[in-house]
Amino acid sequence: MAVHQIHTEHTDSETGKLGMWIFLFTELFLFGGLFLVYSIFRAKYSAEFHVAAGELNAFIGTLNTVFLLVSSMTVAMALAAMQKGDRRLTLFLLMVTIILAALFILNKYFEWSHKFEYGIYPGSPVLKNMPHGELLFFGLYYMMTGLHALHVLIGMVLLSITTVRVRARRINSTRYLMLENSALYWHLVDLIWIFLFPLLYLIT
Amino acid sequence: MKQDEKHISSYSSLAVVLTILLVLTTISVLATGFHLGPFTVVLALVIASTKVFIVLTQFMHLKFENLFLRLAVTGVFVLFALVVIITFVDYYFR
Repeated sequence: MAVHQIHTEHTDSETGKLGMWIFLFTELFLFGGLFLVYSIFRAKYSAEFHVAAGELNAFIGTLNTVFLLVSSMTVAMALAAMQKGDRRLTLFLLMVTIILAALFILNKYFEWSHKFEYGIYPGSPVLKNMPHGELLFFGLYYMMTGLHALHVLIGMVLLSITTVRVRARRINSTRYLMLENSALYWHLVDLIWIFLFPLLYLIT
Repeated sequence: MKQDEKHISSYSSLAVVLTILLVLTTISVLATGFHLGPFTVVLALVIASTKVFIVLTQFMHLKFENLFLRLAVTGVFVLFALVVIITFVDYYFR
């Protein structure tokens, strides 16, 4: 008995999106755990956290917030443009998003290298001689912003693959799940930064 | 599937959302100039939470998603809030 398999391409956008959301939940708890550690140590060493947070450049932090907020809008617009079938505009908006992400990373590079010049980097002698609370602050600062920057880089890769697929018309106005999910991931990167920014840069 | 029936965000509404988010960021930055004491943290967290809510509902399109997904997202945030509360209760009253 010959078994005929009818090969229909199965695309279920609702399930695919739900899967992405469940993944985002795990991401929220990954960062949530770090936020919790930060909060406890902040409560314990509030004076030292206050001093250490003063070392951070609030201007760079604010600029990066603007980059991420604008890029979040452009990627949301890219999805809307794809849904309307405007492929050219989608490609343009995706490119703008990737450029803004690159600017964020560039900014982070300058910020970190400036800290490194002052000998403030994980495991540095300067850091080891600091009071315990300040050491913890910078440890958490590098851990949280580093993990976040890694997410920005992953987001850039995802958005780049999405751009290539839109160009190849594999993502189109009827099938755009990958664009939708990449956009969701990008918004998550924005969400985490929205909490990181005031907690690290502003509350001094 | 039925993607064509879905709500599509308009460019202008997305631009309005961005403007609101930028205004909230400005308030958040300017508020550090005033010495509000312990309220500085509260204000910063309230503004951040408002921004997160706006991003979730507007940019991430939750406002137009089905009830199941909206409840799931709400549930996750409630769960996280509980984790925070229980940890702090444990920390302060141990």
